[in-house]
Amino acid sequence: MADAAAPVNPASAEQSLAAAPAEDRPLLQVEDVVKHFPIKRGIFFKRQIGSVQAVEGVSLEVRRGETLGLVGETGCGKSTLARCITRLHPLTSGRVIFDGVDISRLSARQLRTHRRRMQMIFQDPFGSLNPRRRVGSIIGDPLAIHGVADGGERKRRVQELMEVVGLNPEHYNRFPSEFSGGQRQRIGVARALALRPSLIVCDEPVSALDVSVQAQIINLLEDLQGEFHLTYVFIAHDLAVVEHVSDRVAVMYLGKIVEMAETAELFGSPRHPYTAALLSASMVADPEKARSSHRVVLYGEVPSPINPPSGCRFHTRCPKAQPLCSVEEPPLRIQAGDSAGHVTACHFPVAPGEQLVGAAPAISAAATAFAADSPDIGEGGRA
Amino acid sequence: MSLLSVRDLTVSFPTSDGVVRAVRGLSFDVEAGQTLGIVGETGSGKSVSALSLLGLNPGADISGSAVFEGTELLALRQDKLRRVRGAEIAMIFQDPLSSLHPYYRVGWQICEAIRTHRRTSREEAMRQAVELLRMVSIPQPERRVHAFPHELSGGMRQRAMIAMALALRPKLLIADEPTTALDATVQAQLMELLGGMQRELGMAMIVITHDLGLVATVADSVLVMYAGRGAEGADYRAIFRSPHHPYTRGLLASIPGAAGSGGRLVPIVGQPPSLIRIPSGCAFHPRCPFAMDVCVRDQPPFVPVRGGEGHLSACWLPPDAVGVDAAADAARQRFVEGRRGPAIARLRAAISGARAGGGVAHG
Repeated sequence: MADAAAPVNPASAEQSLAAAPAEDRPLLQVEDVVKHFPIKRGIFFKRQIGSVQAVEGVSLEVRRGETLGLVGETGCGKSTLARCITRLHPLTSGRVIFDGVDISRLSARQLRTHRRRMQMIFQDPFGSLNPRRRVGSIIGDPLAIHGVADGGERKRRVQELMEVVGLNPEHYNRFPSEFSGGQRQRIGVARALALRPSLIVCDEPVSALDVSVQAQIINLLEDLQGEFHLTYVFIAHDLAVVEHVSDRVAVMYLGKIVEMAETAELFGSPRHPYTAALLSASMVADPEKARSSHRVVLYGEVPSPINPPSGCRFHTRCPKAQPLCSVEEPPLRIQAGDSAGHVTACHFPVAPGEQLVGAAPAISAAATAFAADSPDIGEGGRA
Repeated sequence: MSLLSVRDLTVSFPTSDGVVRAVRGLSFDVEAGQTLGIVGETGSGKSVSALSLLGLNPGADISGSAVFEGTELLALRQDKLRRVRGAEIAMIFQDPLSSLHPYYRVGWQICEAIRTHRRTSREEAMRQAVELLRMVSIPQPERRVHAFPHELSGGMRQRAMIAMALALRPKLLIADEPTTALDATVQAQLMELLGGMQRELGMAMIVITHDLGLVATVADSVLVMYAGRGAEGADYRAIFRSPHHPYTRGLLASIPGAAGSGGRLVPIVGQPPSLIRIPSGCAFHPRCPFAMDVCVRDQPPFVPVRGGEGHLSACWLPPDAVGVDAAADAARQRFVEGRRGPAIARLRAAISGARAGGGVAHG
């Protein structure tokens, strides 16, 4: 257990790989994963003129049976990381070790046996189901592709899955368009469950759903986790949802993890100024909390991942930034006073109980400082 | 007198599948300088009702009354309405990319809004546009005024939309899902900005959203809509602390971190109804844990309940059935058990049987 709780370190992961018995070993180890997308220009001879640094050296572990929440704003690389974990994207560098096997360099054929044990649920229940195919064959696809079951056996298994996720098995022959958003998401869950995976990566599984339906899917995912001993990587931008479902949470900013901790600790005493700002910006559906808390309003928007800021990538928007922050990148480490599993990448972490009060000037002051200090903010949209 | 007073607004759309009854007798008031939050799920009629007030629903059958500063909006001719729209009542939409014209520069679009309503020279309008962009904290407004919408980020575009809406200092701003497409930190920036503008200009706002968090943060009073009708309307504290309508109660129990939720989420069973085939009586009855015979038969009136001045609810439960705790739920349940008829009992047994058979694991 001590091994699993230790901060992520490629060297120790290497050892644990050999030494630890299979049950204690983390199910998923992500080591220094980098994913760059090249930007090319030219008509006949395309040459690379830069790259989008979507994920930049991310390391984390996911233990068996836990839910790791991954939060961050648009463009922080959380979805790209999810696709790297499931090898839907090839990695630029780094390793993804799934249950002791490095899958980052496997061929498509070798990968197939491992893919059975890691599945994905997508955000858009409209875009992720082929509208011209019947629900039964959509859910049965994994069984067919992996040659697990066919004919009557496949139909029986699919109907069983439909029942498990709360769909009427008699709707086997219907098309996706005959289902509501929440039911479609159940179809996505059934498809992900078909091969009895160990790991399910959920990429914004409830973001497109109405509030009342969202709760149905969250409860379903929780029940399935208990039933089938599933491990989740749960990506969402809604912090309240992430807090509700996750055992641990990692916060990403511009391709890097800036803070990672047990859920209660991260939400109770965030150490990274970005985490603190993100938490204070989220609007809780409780008027007393929503109105009493002091909102840390960040200036500007997330810089472009094509040309990220030097040093700490957050320094251009950070209320606590010092000259050091623009020069030296802070490592992800345990800060004084934090428990072993709580790592933060910051030179000047937020002290427990510290209010970033000075960081939230009146809006008029924000406007002038914003305009004067950061002439290039807003350029991101021109990329 | 209220700034805007809507009574019995009804909007329906004839379609080939049948008549879509999007709004079915909606009444609410907006006071000067105050913020009304209208909350509801997809298809609850919240956007349609706002668009109807401004005559932006061509092809709809609209009846009822909407009095804005003594003027009946629903009876205005198009040219008269155009004078109100933009100048007196402005609107900002969810998606700034599709509501700004992609072909025209941002500054030009703001100038157009100004020059449509006021006699202003082009230069003066452009000067005002720059000033407005500065007011909504867009950096380098002199340069941005010449930008095309696609050259701005999502947050910037929404700021430009706000600048355009505020150009004529409207008395009422209708914000339809103003921050839904934006990230949390940008959303916080914008709501801070809108709040500041509201105080400065003394304007009233209607914020239409599905996000209870946004409502908890900005609204003075809240109207919860379900299937085209007001389910509950009250002061923001009462909505979150002591809701009367089981739908409001259900919404609060569905979201993590809300007042009155804790531990496992308690979803509302089923789906919102189709607006072509709306359930009889109270439209919420098929999903309501407290449904009685009367709920299937008769539509409940939107009337005051105990718990405060101006707390209205459309529900057959007794007026004192307010509160979010387990004791309040138990009291509601006892009341319902006492009045439940055999028909509803059969219906409920059938529903729960179907759910058990379907294997849905609701708490």
